[in-house]
Order: sequence, then C-alpha cells, then structure tokens
Amino acid sequence: MEQILANGIYLGAQYAMIALGLTLIFALMNVLNFAHGQMYVLGGFVTYTFYGQLGWPFVVALLASCITLAVLGALIERFLFAPVIRRSSREESTMLLAAGLAFFFDAVILLVFGEKQRGVPKIVDGVFNWDFRLIMPYDRILICVLAILSIVSFILFMQYSKTGRALRALAQDRTAAQLMGVNVARYSMIGFALGAMLAGLVGGLLVTITGVNLGMGGPTSIKAFMMVMIGGAGVISGAIAGGIILGFLEAIGLAVLSQYGDITYLLIFVSLMLFLAIRPQGLMGKPWG
Amino acid sequence: MKRRNLMKSSVALALAASVLGSTAWAENPVLKIGFVGVTSGPAAAWGISNQRSMEARADWINESGGYKIGDTTYDIEIVSFDDQKDPKRAIAGMEKMAQEGIHYVVGPNVDDGAAAVRPVAEAQGIMYFPYAFPKELYSAPASNAVLGMVANYQSGPAIYKYLKDEKGVNSVAFVAANESDPLSQRDGGIDAAKALGLEVVSDNVTYQVDTTDFTPVLTPVMRTQPDLLVLSGVSPANAPQLIRSARELGFQGIISTETAQDATVLREGAGDLANGFISVGGASTPEIASDDMKEFVKRYTDMFGEYNDESNTKVYALEYILATLNANPAGIEDVAVFQTTMDTFEAPNPFMKGDAKMRYVGTTSFGQKRQIAVPLVVNVYQDGAFETLFVAEVD
Repeated sequence: MEQILANGIYLGAQYAMIALGLTLIFALMNVLNFAHGQMYVLGGFVTYTFYGQLGWPFVVALLASCITLAVLGALIERFLFAPVIRRSSREESTMLLAAGLAFFFDAVILLVFGEKQRGVPKIVDGVFNWDFRLIMPYDRILICVLAILSIVSFILFMQYSKTGRALRALAQDRTAAQLMGVNVARYSMIGFALGAMLAGLVGGLLVTITGVNLGMGGPTSIKAFMMVMIGGAGVISGAIAGGIILGFLEAIGLAVLSQYGDITYLLIFVSLMLFLAIRPQGLMGKPWG
Repeated sequence: MKRRNLMKSSVALALAASVLGSTAWAENPVLKIGFVGVTSGPAAAWGISNQRSMEARADWINESGGYKIGDTTYDIEIVSFDDQKDPKRAIAGMEKMAQEGIHYVVGPNVDDGAAAVRPVAEAQGIMYFPYAFPKELYSAPASNAVLGMVANYQSGPAIYKYLKDEKGVNSVAFVAANESDPLSQRDGGIDAAKALGLEVVSDNVTYQVDTTDFTPVLTPVMRTQPDLLVLSGVSPANAPQLIRSARELGFQGIISTETAQDATVLREGAGDLANGFISVGGASTPEIASDDMKEFVKRYTDMFGEYNDESNTKVYALEYILATLNANPAGIEDVAVFQTTMDTFEAPNPFMKGDAKMRYVGTTSFGQKRQIAVPLVVNVYQDGAFETLFVAEVD
C-alpha cells in the first residue's frame, strides 16, 4: 500500500505538471495544442544537451529548457497562432496548425537529436528502502518534490502576480478583459509562452528519470488530454486534479491488476468514457465552456 | 533582341546542364531496393537503423563505382516508406514499391505489418525481408518472406541454456510490452524456458509501449525473486528504463533480451546499472568484426553523426539481396529465380573475420530456407560497450 501511494504521488505530480501547460493554453486561447507533447520532448532534449552532453549544472540546463521553450512558445503564438485566430473563426484551423506543428517538431527532433533514446546521468544516487515496503530512488523523490514546488509556485504566480491576474481575466472572458484594459495580444503571447515553458520544465525534470526519445511526444499529448478531460478543460485546478487522479489510477491499476495482464489503461479508458458520458465538462469545468 | 538572346542562351544552358547532368548520373543503370518500416513514433529507432544501414551501404557501393550483377554494374537506390508501425500503411508502402517496379524490399519491422503485406508481396512478385518472427510468414505455402535476423525462438534457448549451465540460473520472469511482437516473443521464451526445465515465476506482467516509468510495472515481478529477468522483445527506448527500475528495486539477478540493443543508449539511460545485461547483436564486436564491418561503421557514423549498434544485424539484408542477384542475375526481374537460387546460394560474409559464409537457412524452423544466416552473437554490456559472450549459428 505504501508503495502504491508513493507511486501515485510521484506519477500524479509529474502528470499534473504536463497537463498544466496544455490547459493554460486552452484556457487563454481556446487552442487544443496537439504539439504539447513535442514541446515536452524538446524540453527534455535541451536539458539532455546542456546537462548530459555539455556537462553544465542540472539547474542551468533546466533553466535553458524553460527559456528555450518559453521563447519558442512566444514565437509560435505571435507568428502562427495569433494570425490564424485573427483570420479564421473556425476552431479547426488552430487544431490543424497545432497538429502540423507536432509533425514539424517530430521532424526537427529527428534531424537534430536522432532516433535514439537519450538519457542523462542521475542527479542524485541511491535508493530509499523502507524494509522493502516502500522503495523509491532518491532522484524520483527529488523530482517529485521539485514538481510539487513548481505547481505551487505556478498557482501562487497565477493567483497573486499582475501577469497571473491578467491571464486569469483573459481566460474568464476575453472581451471583458480587453474592456478592462488588459493587452490581449501581449498576454496571449505571455500565456502561450508560459504554457510552453511548463512543458519544457517538466521535460527537463523528467529526462533525468525517464530519458527522452523522438516518439514520446504523441503519447504524452494523449495523456495530457486525458488529464484535462478528467479535470475540466481550461481549468488550472482541474488539470492538477486530473493529473493526480490519473497518476493514482495508474499506480493502483499496475499494482492490483498486474496478474490479469495489461488491463490498467483499458479500464482507465472505459472509466473515462463512462465519466464523460455523465459529466462531459470534467470535474471542475463548466458545461458552457 | 538582346533579351530574347539571353533567354535562348539560358534555356540552352539549362538543357545542356540537365542532359550532361543526367548523363553523368546515369553512367550506371539504377537498381532500386525498397524499405518499408517504422521510422517515426516510439519504435522509430528500429526502422531508422534499417534505413540508414541500407543508405550507408548503398552510398558506399555507389562511391566505389557500383555493384556488378552479371555483366551490368548498377548504382543502388534505396526507396524508403515509413509505415508508422501501422499494418494499413505497410500495405500502402508495399503497393508503392510494386508501382515503382521494385522486387526486393527490406522490412517491415513488426509482426502485424509483415503479415499484412504478404498478399501484396506475393501477388506483385516482391521478395521482402521482415524483422518479424511468426513462423507462418516463412513456412510454406508462404514463399516471399525471408527473415532478416535471428528469431527469439532460436536465440532464446541458446541464451537460457548458457545461463543455466554457466551461471546457475534456475528461475525466470518475463516482462513484455502489450504489443503483438513482444507478446509472441514472450510466449516463445516461456516455452523455451520450460523446455529447459527452468521455473517460470512470472509470465503475465505487461506494460504499455509508451510507458516511461517502470517502477510500478516491475514491483510485482521483483517480489517473485527470479534468477533471470527476460525483457521480451524490448525496444531500445524501453530497455534502459526497465533495467534501471529493476536494479533500483533491488534486483540482483541477470537481465536479458533477445532483441538487438545499442550500447550508447544503455550507457546514457542506465549507466553502470546496465552492466551484465545480455542481448543479441550482429558482427561489430572487435572479436569478430572484419575490416569491411569497421569501414561500414565508420561510413555510417560519418553520414549520420552517430552509429547505431542495431545496424550490426541490419546491414545484412541488402548485402544478401545483391549477392544473391549476383549469383543469378535473372532474379532481378523474376523472384522465382531468386527463390531457386536461395537454396544453393553461398558467398563469403564480408562483415565477419575468418571464413564465415552468407547463406540462407531456416530449414529447421520453417521447413524451407527463408532466413538469412546472420551470426547469432550474444553480447553482454559492460562499461559502455558490448563484449561477445558467445557466437552460435542458426540452421
């Protein structure tokens, strides 16, 4: 039981971080960013390059991931999404753009980083072992703590900073925010950059545990969408709840159902379908969007 | 007037350049060889190492003046198609090859793709060299598929027997991704282990192919305390994470797989925790690699920036196709001739030291020669490189 709880907390924290960036971008711009997983992968590769290849300190490499993805996110918003949203009111235009970006990033990653799985040296050695009832490597504990701290910092930033308040206003009602003097174009770009930065941050953190490879983007996006659907699209607290719920479902399923084969995700998907049939807006979303 | 003259001159120059250019390029006729496999998504490493092996070897051949088959010297062109590990796409890829008049294709990389393309290949007269293990692909009445590597039911028993005799292994646990290839390899491994009298203590734990954290997956397996943990059909992307999780959970036994792996990936992903990991390789370990193999590795590295150890095995398929066509050039347009030639074909193996031969095998497993004789090299990973544990042959 202790092991299941620890695995659930660890998985939940990392999943919540992955979902945060996606839901932020959706809340601000109504864009389903299918390239979110690829942004996560890019973040992992940036940390891999600076920390794993060039031998820079991990914190600096992590910072490089955040900055790279934030700049990339800002550029993507300014030069791709903003013009498309301006010229087309059809939602599928941005969806197609995001899907195209995902393919583009996959191609760039293959060209620049190759097809192989990449990994970096462990940031902390050793394994916590409580009488074989709870086994957790120290680096996972550290990453879990860092992920939780990042989530708390993000919530505080959104709650109390001027930028955070402007972003929340934008998410609640774009027109009203504009009438209240919020520079919509500027804060849309900042919001998208922040969402991309979160993807880069979690990619950089997790490369120390899971490594990174070209093919991780698509599955990561799917999991992120699942979390957002569970919690409610465009709701920050919903994304966190969705991530934690998915993390615990996975940890419990893998521990309890392992003797029946790989049915954990089958049951998760069935549960998700039933849940969405009853509550399509997710746990914390509003039915009217 | 001047302007018209300039236009005429430009057109004439462009025509001359294109004629001269195509003349230079077409010194040799071109022989197209296809590749249909997965070069995107989580399993991209499998197909990309295939495609790049073929491209590196073809580039080397062309640079050396071409490949002589009968009285004609050909430049080799590789035509590639990414099937995205989707059987429907694999069929489309094979149809594309047929439309281009290609009779020899390397791939697909996985079981369902290889099975799906069989009707197209047999109807269109295409010989194909999959990296998939189902015996029905290679046993009569199937005729056009040639296994491009050593199957797990051939390497598994050899590895388990070695570990039982030399390392005192008595119990074994199997873990596999929830996909057709790893699951069928797991089932084959379980049969082989039981046939050797090993106790199978865990055989039903599986994982999603996109899993990134294997600690929850392996926790129940570790409780069974096996002497040997077999990662059935594990992809190079998952292997280091599985090894790392198993070791961090306190597993002290031996870990092995019957698929090819890459030493750099293991070093980066698992570090010293991967020491002692046993896998199957080709012919690039120093003990057996010929000068040609070393040259191939160098050229591959120069072309793509980094070598992939999986290519130790995947370099062979193109070589077999060309050497067999050389043995009977009529096979270029008629795969029936190629199939007849396979029964008696034998040529020096350029990638191994000594007097190793290239020949078709598989009679024991498939009842007909539908497998290329790749050396069964069992490697052990140690401090960033593979060392040869033992070398065997498949009949």
